[in-house]
Amino acid sequence: MTDPKFLVEVQELKKHFPVTRGLILQRRVGVVRAVDGVSFSIQRGETLGMVGESGCGKTTVGRTMLGLYPATSGSVVIDGDDILHARGREMLKIRRKAQIIFQDPYASLNPRWTVNSIISEPMRVHKLFASDQDRTERAKELMGLVGLNPNLINRFPHEFSGGQRQRIGIARALASNPVFIVCDEPISALDVSIQAQVVNLLEGLQDQFGLTYLFIAHDLSMVRHICDRVAVLYLGVMMELADRDELYENPLHPYTRALLSAVPIPDPRKDRARKRTILTGDVPSPLNPPSGCRFHTRCPIAMEVCSQEVPQWREAASNHWVACHAVGNPAWSKRLDA
Amino acid sequence: MAEPLLQVTDLKTLFHTPEGTVHAVNGISFHLREGETVAVVGESGCGKSVSMMSLLRLIPTPPGEISSGTALYRGDDLLRKSEQEMEDVRGREISMIFQDPMTSLNPVLTIGRQLTEALRVHLGLSQEEAEKRAVQLLEQVGIPDPARRLGDYPHQFSGGMRQRVMIAMALSCAPSVLIADEPTTALDVTIQAQIVELVARLRETLHMAIIWITHDLGVVAGMADRVLVMYAGYIVEEAEVQDLYDSPSHPYTLALLAALPRVDRRRDQRLKSIPGAPPNLLVKPHGCPFAPRCEFVIEKCREENPPLMNVGKDHTSACWVAVTTGLHR
Repeated sequence: MTDPKFLVEVQELKKHFPVTRGLILQRRVGVVRAVDGVSFSIQRGETLGMVGESGCGKTTVGRTMLGLYPATSGSVVIDGDDILHARGREMLKIRRKAQIIFQDPYASLNPRWTVNSIISEPMRVHKLFASDQDRTERAKELMGLVGLNPNLINRFPHEFSGGQRQRIGIARALASNPVFIVCDEPISALDVSIQAQVVNLLEGLQDQFGLTYLFIAHDLSMVRHICDRVAVLYLGVMMELADRDELYENPLHPYTRALLSAVPIPDPRKDRARKRTILTGDVPSPLNPPSGCRFHTRCPIAMEVCSQEVPQWREAASNHWVACHAVGNPAWSKRLDA
Repeated sequence: MAEPLLQVTDLKTLFHTPEGTVHAVNGISFHLREGETVAVVGESGCGKSVSMMSLLRLIPTPPGEISSGTALYRGDDLLRKSEQEMEDVRGREISMIFQDPMTSLNPVLTIGRQLTEALRVHLGLSQEEAEKRAVQLLEQVGIPDPARRLGDYPHQFSGGMRQRVMIAMALSCAPSVLIADEPTTALDVTIQAQIVELVARLRETLHMAIIWITHDLGVVAGMADRVLVMYAGYIVEEAEVQDLYDSPSHPYTLALLAALPRVDRRRDQRLKSIPGAPPNLLVKPHGCPFAPRCEFVIEKCREENPPLMNVGKDHTSACWVAVTTGLHR
């Protein structure tokens, strides 16, 4: 049933967080549907982008996929192994193959550990080398690989800048020789001139080791640059999924269109000339998501049916998936393009 | 041409720290005309926030020190005013909004209380009048059901809504200048677009001049009239917005633009990254601060820091090399 072309296959993944009240009894008073039935697959060597506003569940997808949060339901297969049902030794084996780079290079490194201990830790956990000395050698090698001076191996995280710390995080992710890495907003805490350095590093490592990435980001310009395909998430469900240029040049979902039109273009003439769809209001609470299509409360073209029926996830064009009642409906095409 | 609203000359700000003196702002000069939007662009630590906070004398002294310069606002030097005189300037003449609306609002006071304070202090309104005005202000910045929301606390608002409250507060005394310090950096693009549109609309109706501090060259393109590019506490380039994007003249501006991916273009190659990192401001600058990262660097750059030189109409750049021709100035 698994297609060997795909390294990662996610089926109907759900992650619900219970909301409890009271310190002792912890009565359940509600459920945050952070991820509510998301399916996608990633080919070997591919970079899949995942975009959406804050609170749309992108980070939760990444973390649940790796088993960092226990999933509510669904299945995740990485390189032939079912990660959500794995336990103990089996889980360890999958974890070696699937790693993560976090957004905040300040919070994701233990300030009391040296760079050596940070980068060697995955090798220790997975018993990759016989001795600490070998692991230190490998950690130095990894530092060189990510553009850090290996002589700084006994320094502490606070002695490095944000960009350098992110490189330490990348070296740690590479330490167990993974095949798949979740990049959870790896550049959004960095300065513009440093962002390009880190993105180029990630691309170089991908070429060198044939890595597969899930690239979670809210910077749509950077996603267009680095990703092969892009998935658009809204309130825990997928709205659209297509090849990079297809999505940016021919977006179908009104949400994708609004998102793209909000991205500033660094060219005054072009930026001021284009037509903007400015969404009103904020993302609704995932505690009580809107009925039908979750986007209907902010959608500029919403109709009655949108609040009643969940739109089907379907292939509107070759390899271009979308969930919207209006797409492909001749009566609505005018409204969609207006 | 009429006298500019604000004329800053040779502003220098230092911080005396246990590690040594941080040269945060190194003698910058610029002006702001009535009703104009000037964007100040640069990376973290380039001195863009510190220079604007120096104007409002919001720098804690010590450890900070405004060591030289003048800042003439309608002819009066802000840097020579007493603390009491400054209180009449802040909020009334020049207002500031900050990046993080959560930490700039007091979490234990209602929005209504925080909004009416400035109105009562600066405009001498009664509580009742101030509340009426507060409701109008919240309405103006697009907060639904404003009368009811006056009694709410900051945590009951989303990030975008909090930034709207901050803007309402900043505008409450109808200032002539609004300084916006990365007001959209913490927000989603969709909310950023809302805030940018709101500020543009308010600028039209209230005839304010705006100083917009940002690191995002995309946002600048859409809203600024003129741009100042800062690096290591210096203004390295200044130009009309279209001119800056059409013919960037300083190697740093050039490099920043080349490092940006574009949402409107197909990818053709790897991004051009700027090697190295911004300089350590603890070291007293010697030569051009960008020289260690610059691809056009010549010997002179390491010896002598270039002043801003005219490179076109209302376009200045601090560089010894003309990047288009490679000739030395």
